[in-house]
Amino acid sequence: MDITFKDVSYIYQPNTPFEHRALSNLSFHIRSGSFVAVIGHTGSGKSTLLQHLNGLLRPTAGEVDIGSYKISAEGKTKDIKSLREKAGVVFQYPEHQLFEETVEKDIGFGPLNFHVEQEEIKRRTQEAIEAVNLPEELLQRSPFDLSGGQMRRVAIAGVLAMEPEVLVLDEPTAGLDPRGQREIMDMFSALHKEKKLTTVLVTHSMEDALRYADHIIILKDGRKHMEGPPLEVLVRKEELEQVQLDVPEVIQFLSGVEEKLGYSISYHNQDIAQLAKELVAMVKGGR
Amino acid sequence: MSHFIEFRNVSFRYREDQPWVLVNVSFTVQADEWLAIIGHNGSGKSTIAKLMNGLLLPQQGEIFVDGIAVNEESIWDIRKRVGMVFQNPDNQFVGTTVRDDVAFGMENHGLPRQLMLKRVQSSLAAVGMSDYQAHEPHRLSGGQKQRIAIASVLAVAPQLIILDEATAMLDPKGRLEIMETIRQVQETQDLSLITITHDLKEVIKADRVLVMNQGRTWLEGTPREVFAAKDALRDIGLDTPFVTKLAAELTAAGLTIQREPLNHQELLEELWTLHSKM
Ligand SMILES: Nc1ncnc2c1ncn2[C@@H]1O[C@H](COP(=O)(O)OP(=O)(O)O)[C@@H](O)[C@H]1O
Ligand SMILES: Nc1ncnc2c1ncn2[C@@H]1O[C@H](COP(=O)(O)OP(=O)(O)O)[C@@H](O)[C@H]1O
Ligand SMILES: [Mg+2]
Ligand SMILES: [Mg+2]
Repeated sequence: MDITFKDVSYIYQPNTPFEHRALSNLSFHIRSGSFVAVIGHTGSGKSTLLQHLNGLLRPTAGEVDIGSYKISAEGKTKDIKSLREKAGVVFQYPEHQLFEETVEKDIGFGPLNFHVEQEEIKRRTQEAIEAVNLPEELLQRSPFDLSGGQMRRVAIAGVLAMEPEVLVLDEPTAGLDPRGQREIMDMFSALHKEKKLTTVLVTHSMEDALRYADHIIILKDGRKHMEGPPLEVLVRKEELEQVQLDVPEVIQFLSGVEEKLGYSISYHNQDIAQLAKELVAMVKGGR
Repeated sequence: MSHFIEFRNVSFRYREDQPWVLVNVSFTVQADEWLAIIGHNGSGKSTIAKLMNGLLLPQQGEIFVDGIAVNEESIWDIRKRVGMVFQNPDNQFVGTTVRDDVAFGMENHGLPRQLMLKRVQSSLAAVGMSDYQAHEPHRLSGGQKQRIAIASVLAVAPQLIILDEATAMLDPKGRLEIMETIRQVQETQDLSLITITHDLKEVIKADRVLVMNQGRTWLEGTPREVFAAKDALRDIGLDTPFVTKLAAELTAAGLTIQREPLNHQELLEELWTLHSKM
């Protein structure tokens, strides 16, 4: 689904001493099927932005269009329930929201709530646990007996069981070990392609943004600071530094090569092995 | 030789009918040292942290903090010395305002009020949160909450701070700032530091690294020594820094790298030397 923010502002606790403007006149367009990374310092409004994508928050001013849904301060709420069926959100530390007696019930909770039939829930649960790589034996266990990484997968499976068209991910790998991080991100990337999802990922990892996203939005104090394709945005060192972000490490290294050795090797998503070959050719003077 | 922390053949399990979570773990931490602990999820890192301030007590082996054996009687002496910040900030708040929250930890230690007020100010300043004194902690964003939790620990002025994945929710510069803050404290007073983290940029700055695997100490050494184990680290679910991986691929592609590089500068110098020899 296409996502459009038109001049969106959001104010928390308006007219109180704690009034806080978390988003200011934010406008952007996300094409259906893209994989977008949203990056920004702590408090820049990333989670606030995400909560507009399934109608959990309504803009104080402006409008959010998601597919045919329009969400604005004045708009009606009746559509929001069906929007929630289409836009699945994996919140930060989603395992803290598990509550059912068994893994199976937790995964099936969302679909049940939307009156999906039992047979269909079974099918979706099966598909979801395969996607997140959870063994079937765990279905009858209590989610609280599982390891942190497994609980995270259960929570994600619950979102997938809704079969969303838009997948919204708020720092989904925080707290996982390196292997867990890689597995989860590769899984989202595969699902994104296979199911032709529109994916919005909040991340602090410039490496993940470079590797998985095809579009980048960088926030600063609730405003848009930069936007565009990764290889255009993530190389602009000075602008990134203004929001306390670093250029991805591989690009930093290649500018080091250029400074110190005078060779320019361009980055075009080559993996480390390929990069090594290009560097060896350079050192040996073969180019 | 004065160890600030010593684990002597420590084994631990949460319940008698459950498997051992730590098996015969021994290591030491010196006063003023920075030890990074890495390991896959479930390898026992947080359990080690909780054993260090007596939140848990081992079934086998002994633990000493500042020369004091950790047991039920010594717990309050130990907690004055060991401050801890956990992964998830939400479970750590007790006060209704940020100011109360930072003061709370000190009240437990019976500090005079004047000193408390001063420490609230200085520790909030240290984490860059002075403007948030009257805010409600639970309304802050994740990273802001974590800074408050760190301020609460700094306020008690412990001799050892354990950060158990405490910076996982911060943005990269926020992480760096917190680490710099703690390093500054370390310069002005004796402070041992244990960081449990998956952030390799943090790990390479530690004095020493302890690698845990399935409840056992798997490897111990300087960051350079530890990351030289690259493939083996990967096999136990861990990652190695970008330059380590690139150096390995360069070797595979036929270059001879003299010394395991830890940062860009070191690898660039290797390349430069090789290049000028060609
Ligand atoms: N419930 C709330 N009430 C008041 N202010 C809030 C609330 N939630 C978030 N904020 C503030 O809004 C800003 C943006 O928060 P958030 O969207 O969570 O940022 P991010 O996810 O980028 O860290 C922060 O300054 C935060 O303190
Ligand atoms: N309160 C608990 N009760 C029972 N088992 C636990 C508890 N906390 C942790 N464990 C188990 O102990 C092992 C080590 O956990 P932990 O120390 O938290 O690892 P890490 O911090 O390295 O991820 C894991 O297998 C975990 O499931
Ligand atoms: Mg957030
Ligand atoms: Mg842990």
